[in-house]
Amino acid sequence: MRLYGTGLTLSYDKRVVATDLDVTIPDGSFTVIIGPNACGKSTMLRALARMLKPRAGAVHLDGSVITSLPSKEVARRLGLLPQSSIVPDGITVADLVGRGRYPHQRMMRQWSREDEVAVAAAMRSTDVTELADRCVDELSGGQRQRVWLAMALAQETPILLLDEPTTFLDIAHQIEVLDLCADLHEQGRTMVAVLHDLNQACRYATHLIVMRDGRIVAEGDPASVVTADLVREVFELRCEIIEDPQSGTPLIVPEARRRPVAVAGAGAVAGTAGVPVSG
Amino acid sequence: MNASPPALASVPDPGGPPADARTVAAPRPVLRLRSWSLRLSPRGLAAGAAITLAGLAVSLFALSTGEFTVPVPDIVAALFGEGPPVAELIVDRLRAPRVLTGLLVGAAFGVSGAIFQSITRNPLGSPDFIGFTAGAATGGIAAVILGGSAWQIAGASLAGCVVCAIVVYALAFRRGVQGHRLVLVGIGVGALLVSADWYMLTRADINDAATAGAWITGSLGGRGWEHAIPVAYALAALLPVCAWLSRPLRMMELGDDAARAVGIRVEPVRAVAVVAGVLLCGVATAAAGPVAFVALAAPQLARRVSRSPGVTLPLSALTGAVLLIGADLAAQRLFAPVQLPVGIMTAAIGGIYLVFLLRRERR
Repeated sequence: MRLYGTGLTLSYDKRVVATDLDVTIPDGSFTVIIGPNACGKSTMLRALARMLKPRAGAVHLDGSVITSLPSKEVARRLGLLPQSSIVPDGITVADLVGRGRYPHQRMMRQWSREDEVAVAAAMRSTDVTELADRCVDELSGGQRQRVWLAMALAQETPILLLDEPTTFLDIAHQIEVLDLCADLHEQGRTMVAVLHDLNQACRYATHLIVMRDGRIVAEGDPASVVTADLVREVFELRCEIIEDPQSGTPLIVPEARRRPVAVAGAGAVAGTAGVPVSG
Repeated sequence: MNASPPALASVPDPGGPPADARTVAAPRPVLRLRSWSLRLSPRGLAAGAAITLAGLAVSLFALSTGEFTVPVPDIVAALFGEGPPVAELIVDRLRAPRVLTGLLVGAAFGVSGAIFQSITRNPLGSPDFIGFTAGAATGGIAAVILGGSAWQIAGASLAGCVVCAIVVYALAFRRGVQGHRLVLVGIGVGALLVSADWYMLTRADINDAATAGAWITGSLGGRGWEHAIPVAYALAALLPVCAWLSRPLRMMELGDDAARAVGIRVEPVRAVAVVAGVLLCGVATAAAGPVAFVALAAPQLARRVSRSPGVTLPLSALTGAVLLIGADLAAQRLFAPVQLPVGIMTAAIGGIYLVFLLRRERR
């Protein structure tokens, strides 16, 4: 395996998020990490992307401890789309995407032909070529996220980590971004994403990692991993699992708060509709 | 194709990417020689050339005019030690060191401002706002009041700047330094130092207080080669560091995570940038006093003139240099025979132009 962590203790200052955590990213997979808020999923991703130095244990990339490799060398093998980045005033799409080429450049080699080709290809596959001259700050949220993805793609890394790439996007743009990720995975990249939506995770992941309280509770193929018991245990949510009519993957249907009222009685209680009924 | 002589190739290169690869729509010239390549921004180059020409014109005007007019050919001759004796005295001993000090100090302030605005991702993050120039001023005033020599005043103001920067950086440090913390802590420390300055001025002997009062406005009056040369050495040492910093700093404007993701070691780069920025600011203040506004305005002016995203170090240097000598010329001539300290003028000129540019922007 190219990317894995062993015995990781992860913390922010004094607050320990995870202890003795082992994680392996299968090569060529689309790995999705899920879990309730504060379960340590983003923290683990950040450790894998060497954004966070583990207090104990180590992340390995291609057999070496990741922090022992030159930082630019790592950046040519492993890319990260951070949860939030800053858009400098007045930067154009082409300029921003081009900055993804940084690890391939040097002071005296600022813009090679490979840079040109990589940037053009990244913009094409994220469908932002038309936006090349536009200012990033005047784009919609969905377009903007495609531009950031293009920048990460221009980096041309075989492994790409994404920290909540769909947050702040509406449903259509979420699907658009995830479809794009699936395309990138099919082209041979190893993709690792932290997602919030269980159903999206089941639909897109080839390998699912389920976390709670800084531990990996279950992992594997979504169809075999995701059960009603697991969802109840991890998310404290009662649910029913059915088959996604579109993709055939598990679809989590949360239990309704109230048992549905029988249709015949519905008219009789119409005057009190909407008033919560306890018990 | 790669062995071709150095040539300006624009980005959609017919021989480069495959025909179906739609390249970047806005062609940016790239200078290539073997495996070397240099990316140029036409607007940035044009802006650089225009600012340089303006700087030359202002410099020549400042060298030539005044109480005694020296024709331009005599200036050139005098600079090479072959002019008429009067021209040599006036140009070489009086005007040239002042102009040169102004250019160098302005450039140093411009770059220092650009570095700190970039690190803090905030136009208010320039050293004159976050207390560093205030630290230099406090050091300088203390030296003036204690009767220090010109060298001691310069040394004390450099030391004041460095100490102040260390204090601000240490107070703002919490899991690395975040821009807004640096700005807020710096403004606080700066305010504290300004009150210390006033305390010293009120307690000082009236003559010392007058000298110190003139010094804290920032002035190029009476600056000789002994002022210009240390700044020149400092710039010669620090500008290569800044050139190296320029690319990682540009990436860090996208956020620390984005910069780390492309392989930048953010904390060491930031530490080097802070040291370079503090030294530039300290050396400049030591030579000319805490001239207001150049460090704040130069990077912002440069950015708007070149329409580049983020701050650019070389253009900030050029703009700072021109801004300072332009302001000094105005301070000397506008209200002649009264000579104003340049610090009063930089704020006026830079401020008016910046407001003009901000008003012209659509957003």
